[in-house]
Parts: sequence; C-alpha cells; structure tokens
Amino acid sequence: MAFEGLTERLQQAIGKLKRKGKVSESDVNEVMREIRLALLEADVNFQVVKDFVKDVRKKATGAKVLESLTPAQQIVKIVNEQLTEVMGQEAVPLQKSEKIPTIIMMVGLQGAGKTTTLGKLALKLKNEQHARPLLIAGDVYRPAAIDQLQALGQQIEAPVFSLGTDVSPVEIVRQGLELAQEKKNDYVLIDTAGRLQIDQKLMDELKQITQLAHPDETLLTVDAMTGQNAVEVAKGFNEQLNITGVVLTKLDGDTRGGAALSIRAVTGKPIKFIGQGEKMTDLDVFYPDRMASRILGMGDMLTLIEKA
Amino acid sequence: AKSRQTFGDKLNSLLANFRTVDEDFFDDLEETLIESDVGFETAVKISDELRQEVKLKNAKTKQAVSEVIIQKLIELYEQEGADEDAKLHFATDGPTVFLFVGVNGVGKTTTIGKLAYQLKKTGKRVLLAAGDTFRAGAIEQLAEWGRRVEVPVVQKPARSDPASVVYDAVKRAKTEKFDVLLVDTAGRLQNKVNLMKELEKISRVITREIPTAPQEVLLALDATTGQNALTQAKQFKDVTPVSGIVLTKLDGTAKGGIVLAIRNELHLPVKLVGLGEQLDDLQNFDPEKFVAGLFGGLLQSTDADQQQE
Ligand SMILES: Nc1nc2c(ncn2[C@@H]2O[C@H](COP(=O)(O)OP(=O)(O)OP(=O)(O)O)[C@@H](O)[C@H]2O)c(=O)[nH]1
Ligand SMILES: Nc1nc2c(ncn2[C@@H]2O[C@H](COP(=O)(O)OP(=O)(O)OP(=O)(O)O)[C@@H](O)[C@H]2O)c(=O)[nH]1
Ligand SMILES: [Mg+2]
Ligand SMILES: [Mg+2]
Repeated sequence: MAFEGLTERLQQAIGKLKRKGKVSESDVNEVMREIRLALLEADVNFQVVKDFVKDVRKKATGAKVLESLTPAQQIVKIVNEQLTEVMGQEAVPLQKSEKIPTIIMMVGLQGAGKTTTLGKLALKLKNEQHARPLLIAGDVYRPAAIDQLQALGQQIEAPVFSLGTDVSPVEIVRQGLELAQEKKNDYVLIDTAGRLQIDQKLMDELKQITQLAHPDETLLTVDAMTGQNAVEVAKGFNEQLNITGVVLTKLDGDTRGGAALSIRAVTGKPIKFIGQGEKMTDLDVFYPDRMASRILGMGDMLTLIEKA
Repeated sequence: AKSRQTFGDKLNSLLANFRTVDEDFFDDLEETLIESDVGFETAVKISDELRQEVKLKNAKTKQAVSEVIIQKLIELYEQEGADEDAKLHFATDGPTVFLFVGVNGVGKTTTIGKLAYQLKKTGKRVLLAAGDTFRAGAIEQLAEWGRRVEVPVVQKPARSDPASVVYDAVKRAKTEKFDVLLVDTAGRLQNKVNLMKELEKISRVITREIPTAPQEVLLALDATTGQNALTQAKQFKDVTPVSGIVLTKLDGTAKGGIVLAIRNELHLPVKLVGLGEQLDDLQNFDPEKFVAGLFGGLLQSTDADQQQE
C-alpha cells in the first residue's frame, strides 16, 4: 500500500528496458536509480545503499547483463542474490557452551524488545531442548522492569533471579551466576536496561558485566522500524561489546525492515532471530533470503520477472 | 562526535565540499536529507524543488546555491507548518483528558509520568489511568510513576478490559474533580485491526462520558524510527482523532529530520519532545527554537562565508 510507487517505478524502468531490446548505459543508470530508491525507501542506510548499488552494477556489467535478452530479470536476480549474500546466506544457530551454563545477554536501546525477546528465547530453549533456564533481572533502572520479567517468567514457567533495584547490575549478575552453578541451570539469560550507545557510563556497566560473565551470546536487540540511525546504534554496541548476534523485533508490523541490511553490513554479525509479535511464542529464526524479499517487496518483484 | 552531527552540520559539509551543481550534487543532497530521516518522499520532494529553484535563479556559485537551498528549506518548513497549533489544550470546565497512543515501546507510559510531573508542578490535580492491561508489568510501571510523582492511578488486574479501566478513571476524574486525566494504552502496531478497534472503543468511552474529551490524543513516535513513522501516524489518525505528536527519544539521535517529514506529509503538530528517561526530560515543542537548532549552524556558516569573500 505504502510502496505502490516503487512497484510502478520498477515496472516502468524494466518495461522500458524490455521494449528496447538493446540497452544503453543510461537505461542501466535509471534502473540502478530505482534500486537505490527502493532500498532507501526500505530504510537501508544511505551509505550501505551506495556500496550495494556499486556492487550490483559491477556484477551486472561483468555478467554482460546489458547484452543479454532479458536484462530486467537478470538485474533483479543479481540484486536479490547480492542482498541475500550480504545478509549472510544461511540462518545461524545460537552458540552453545561446552560447559553449562550457556550465557546469553540481551543489549540494546530503550524499548527495543530485550525483555520480551529474552522471555521468548527462554521458552524456545525450554520447548526445543528441554532446557532449564534461569533469567536474571539486571535492569534496575526502568520502572517495574523486574515486575515485567517476573510476569514473563511466570508465564513461561522459568525462575527469575532478582535482587531488587538497590543492588548494582554487575553484582546481580555475579550472584545470579552463582545460583545457576548451584542449581545446574543449563542456560542463563541476562536482561539489561535499555541504553543509548553513546551513554558511556551505562555502556561501561555492560562492559563490566561482559568481563564478569563472558557471555556466549551478546544479542543486540533492534527494533525493525529503526531508520538511518540503525548504523550508529549497531556500530556503537558492536565496537564496545563485540556483539555475537542480532535480534530484529516487531517485524509483525508493516515495516520493510531495511535496518537488517544496514546492521549486517556494518557489523558483519549474523541476525539470529526475528520477533513477530508480543506473545511468548512469536520468535522465529532469521532467514536472509526471506528478509531480502521483504526489503525489496519481492512478492512484487517475482511477479515482475514473470511478466517481463 | 561524528554521530551527533546535526542535520545542519551535514548540510554544511555538503555545501562546503561541492564543486559543481550536477546530478551527483542533488543525489548527495537527497542522501543528506534521507540520512537525517526527513522521510523518503520529503527528501525527494525537497531535492526536486531545490533543483528547480537553483535552475530558476540561475545559481552557479557556491554561495548562491547555498543560499537558495537554505532559503527554500526554511520556507518549506514554515509554510507547511503555517497553521499548526503546538499547544496542549485544556478543558475550560471539568476534567481534561489526554489519551496516549502509539506502537510498542515508543515511550507512552514514560511520557505520561513526565507530563504528570510537569502538570502537578503547575498546581494541577492529576489522575492516571492504567489502560495497558496487556503487556507484562505495564500496570506496575505506571503505578511506579504514580508513586514517584505522587499522583493516584486507576487500575484493575492484568488482562481486564482496558475500556472499563478507562471508564472508571473518567468517572473518578469527574466525581473527584481532577483537573487532568492521563490515559495510558497498550502499545499496538498500526496494522493490527483488532487492537486498533479496541483503541477506537477506548476513545469512544471517553467521549461518551465527557463529550468534549479527549482534549488531546497524543501519538507517541520514536524519533529513531524510519519511514514507518509516517505509516503509524496515518493509521492511528484513522481510528482516533490524533491531535498531536510526542516525539520521544530525541536524545538518541541528532537527526530530528523526522519533524520535517511529519510536517510535510502529515500536518500533525509536534507538541512534546522526550529527551531522556528522567522526570524532567520532557519539553514543550518550540517550533522556532527547533528550526534554529535544525538550520541554525547553517545560517551562521553562510554568513561567515559571506564575510570571507
Ligand atoms: N508487536 C511486537 N511487539 C513487540 C515485539 N517484541 C517486543 N514487543 C513489544 O515492544 C515493547 C517493548 O518491549 P520490551 O521487551 O519491554 O523492550 P525492552 O528493550 O526490554 O525495553 P527497555 O527495558 O525499556 O529498554 C513491549 O510492548 C513489547 O510487548 C515484537 O516482536 N512484536
Ligand atoms: N532515551 C530515552 N528513553 C526514553 C524516552 N522516553 C521513554 N524512554 C524509554 O523507552 C523505554 C520504553 O518506554 P515506555 O514508556 O515503556 O514505552 P511505551 O510506549 O509505554 O511501551 P509499551 O507500553 O510497551 O508499548 C523505557 O526504557 C523508557 O525509559 C526518551 O525520551 N529518551
Ligand atoms: Mg526491558
Ligand atoms: Mg506503556
């Protein structure tokens, strides 16, 4: 609905190529411009778009797409392949520690979906591996963050470790890990407060937790609706905490989710899961090819290829 | 730091570095606008208009082009917002009701806490309604804000019908003569039909009890959201009479370009801005101050350029 313009534009550009049979350099420029606009419209970071379009152009030229009989289809194919490739070809599973417990820490901006995703992940581990996770309430700042985690813990029947809001998160994690050792929990999931990547004091706190807990997974949780800012956020968290993966939330909305491409391009870290709702079962594995289709509005693109 | 570059800074460096006014320049300009989250359509519209304008005025020198661009931007901004009303409206008689709506996690509940604090400081008697009965810990979160600010909160157990919580709150606001009732609602994505219907119902309940209420329906938008912010505003407008925007988390981005997009494409006034998580991190939106912040650096540096020449 909001993206009809794109479909029409592509149809026009591709239609023109097709009618001509032979394609000139300026025709290709026009198609590249449409691709560029499509990606920008999907919220892919402008710098990432620039590099991406350059690569597509190179591939298109190398493959002599211009001289082929079906240039439009070929360009679309190249774009889709390139997008899937940048986003990492295959789904990457969660790390598992050789010795229990496997420690997973959620980090990210305020309101991104860390606490909710933590609950979902714990439930997934319980269902798929009969895991016995312990949840650690490490957010002492947001009002009622602990109540929220406890309510989720109750829903999914997983224990929550909390020391209230008067103890530092580092100390809470230390004692939580001790309890996990004692109870032989196989997974520990640490909830942390939302913070800006430029908030040095709070970022240092996360570094301290990292040094103490050595998480097997530090998962950056990002709202799929994020705009151009996604690059700065992902860079900031990755440079300071060396994240191991990304969770993209709120994809049940109608965003195109171009942030996925931006984050992947600037961090090189895999997107592992996507959040598709508020329920505890609404967590899915990330598939790069599906995300590529979504960013491009590929349902449309496939019809275009067939029509062309 | 580089990440805190404002829109003005970025335009400045673009204007400082261009050699010739060609298509590449306008592509770069478009990107600068997009990078500032002005929204895609707005960016294209602005750069198209600027392209025309530069041609029309036959601007060739760096100085002339810069001036045309800055002038045009300010003109656009002011023209689009000409009859916008950024004030919060209060009832002349009986309780005022503000309804807060928006997608998940944007900052509705926090904004209510901050606004309650502000209003209380001005001597108003404030009541809060815990209309988010769905999200885990949502009621406790609002209750905690109520404790901090020392204002009462109307609440029912989790999973109760939100419309009935709101009904009780409106009744209480009337009988106990509160000045302002701030109604929290659960976050909902704009494409969820049933949840949007529920919101419509909440809004209806308020109006049934107080025909002139809600005096404000405030849509909270996260300033770091991309293109989807516009869809959000459009869809929420369709089910509730959105009267203004609360732009939250503006401390997390120096871009602020979204304000241009909102003006340009939605004609909804920004009424409040959120600048952090603390009690006093809420400000009234001052369009003039904002424009100064957005373009201020720009104007100064062209003045400086002029003096150099
Ligand atoms: N629709 C939808 N909502 C989600 C999803 N993930 C989280 N949410 C909602 O987003 C809001 C914020 O989620 P939280 O889990 O509280 O986010 P957080 O990152 O822990 O927030 P802070 O602790 O305040 O930084 C809540 O309303 C969640 O229900 C998702 O995948 N889809
Ligand atoms: N940095 C910053 N954080 C904010 C601001 N406003 C709210 N937050 C944080 O964003 C997170 C989400 O805020 P909430 O008030 O819970 O958002 P909500 O819209 O009520 O969320 P749901 O009810 O889950 O849909 C919390 O961690 C808040 O502290 C702001 O202006 N700046
Ligand atoms: Mg949280
Ligand atoms: Mg809320």
